[in-house]
Amino acid sequence: MATTTQPQTGAKPAASLSNEEILRYSRHLIMPEVGMEGQLKLKNAKVLLIGTGGLGAPLGLYLAAAGVGKLGLVDFDVVDFTNLQRQVTFGTSDVGKPKSEAARARLANLNPDIQIESFETQLTSANAFELFKDFDVIVDGTDNFPTRYLVNDACILLGKPNVYGSIFRFEGQATVFGMPDGPCYRCLYPEPPPPGLVPSCAEGGVLGVLPGIVGSIQAMETIKLILGRGDSLVGRLLLFDALGMKFRELKLRKNPNCPMCGTHPTITKLIDYYEFCGVRGEEAPGPSVQVPEITPRELKARLARGDDLFILDVREPHEYQICNLKGHLLPLGELTRRVHELDSSREIVAHCRSGKRSAEAVDFLRKAGFRKVLNLKGGILAWSDEVDPSVPKY
Amino acid sequence: MPVKVMIPSPLRPYAGKRASAEFSARTVGEALGHLTTEFAELRKHLFTEDGKLRSFVNVYVNDEDIRYLAKENTPTKDGDTISIIPSIAGGCTWKRRLDAPAGAALNFARHLCSRISEANWNLKE
Repeated sequence: MATTTQPQTGAKPAASLSNEEILRYSRHLIMPEVGMEGQLKLKNAKVLLIGTGGLGAPLGLYLAAAGVGKLGLVDFDVVDFTNLQRQVTFGTSDVGKPKSEAARARLANLNPDIQIESFETQLTSANAFELFKDFDVIVDGTDNFPTRYLVNDACILLGKPNVYGSIFRFEGQATVFGMPDGPCYRCLYPEPPPPGLVPSCAEGGVLGVLPGIVGSIQAMETIKLILGRGDSLVGRLLLFDALGMKFRELKLRKNPNCPMCGTHPTITKLIDYYEFCGVRGEEAPGPSVQVPEITPRELKARLARGDDLFILDVREPHEYQICNLKGHLLPLGELTRRVHELDSSREIVAHCRSGKRSAEAVDFLRKAGFRKVLNLKGGILAWSDEVDPSVPKY
Repeated sequence: MPVKVMIPSPLRPYAGKRASAEFSARTVGEALGHLTTEFAELRKHLFTEDGKLRSFVNVYVNDEDIRYLAKENTPTKDGDTISIIPSIAGGCTWKRRLDAPAGAALNFARHLCSRISEANWNLKE
């Protein structure tokens, strides 16, 4: 799942810089606060960015430019046109490409002397430890509560610093969690708000520069942690109000009763963060729309015959990881925006878990002018029952 | 000089688009009581049905978290600033992953969002 950019750094820490590197980093080297010692610390540092979007853009660019020796980029998303207003790592020609790979290519061009590893995957409880283990600092540039709690918990369990940044409309927050004597995200917010209380950028909008500023603050904090210089944001929540152009800070305390980092932690392993944040939910009740259907057995027979069918999976990426029919993943919520990815001349079979969401997708596609589109009756559950019991039901 | 309550942007649609409000109050609870009396719609966002501050709502007096002071009974004096600090997750495309599975919660989200759109934010505010 990982793509690596050369050169590989060896197991042994670098003890010197090449002449080209000395020239490249000269503005660092002439600062006593960085100097050769600091630049070598940067070169030997390994930083994992969770998310390569709005916050991840300045993070990736500045950390690569600064000469952080190894950068990991975790993102399962694909660049779309609405990202370009703020996700400055990407160019127009990147639209449609996986973000982790597009960011890797951009950062490799910026600094070919560093190692960049892209992980085109969603961070989950199952892969977090494996992804985090080779990195010194984790930077949280994600966009949702389940992943934020997951990043926090994995960092606490592994003892790694978590450089946190978050934005909403004109406001941003930044701090550093996960340091030995500092608080963690759960000390600040023991529980997430119910789904929907805080709208996303897609709903509330965001001024494009805002993630640039907050992500840059995260990049600065990351570099300070690596250098061991200055006063870190540990124990302080920095609040930025772009509209009023005001910075404020609040004291963050380590909660001795914190279930994660307190004196008697009750959370000792990673949990189901979608359930914790209440976003798993049930599919919306109510009668599903009437659309043309295909049964799992019919689908299997047609595939066996070699018919040219395009399988469209309208579930969420984390569900795709549980099991899939090797279909094209395009979550229902993104269908309107990404409908151009689909070829209306091909015959499409849409499916989800139970057939409800895909019925909505089929209904939408037919109204959008797609003629040859069918709903897999009963979804992946029925496929498992009637065709292939090795596909797990969930 | 009264106490100033800072209203975070996600909650401003329920507070007449106001960024702050001032009240005479001796405690944090009193100030928030005045706030939710003046802006009744805010109440359900800040308090549970039995009148307790919601667990995901952080309230500060100046730069101190009231959880480490006397919670809602924390005394306030003239000139103090009370901040309501919401948990925000943006980075930023949260909605996508929530679109399909969230059901009723999502409808609630859409409701809130449309209310925020109606608030018709503009840069001059």
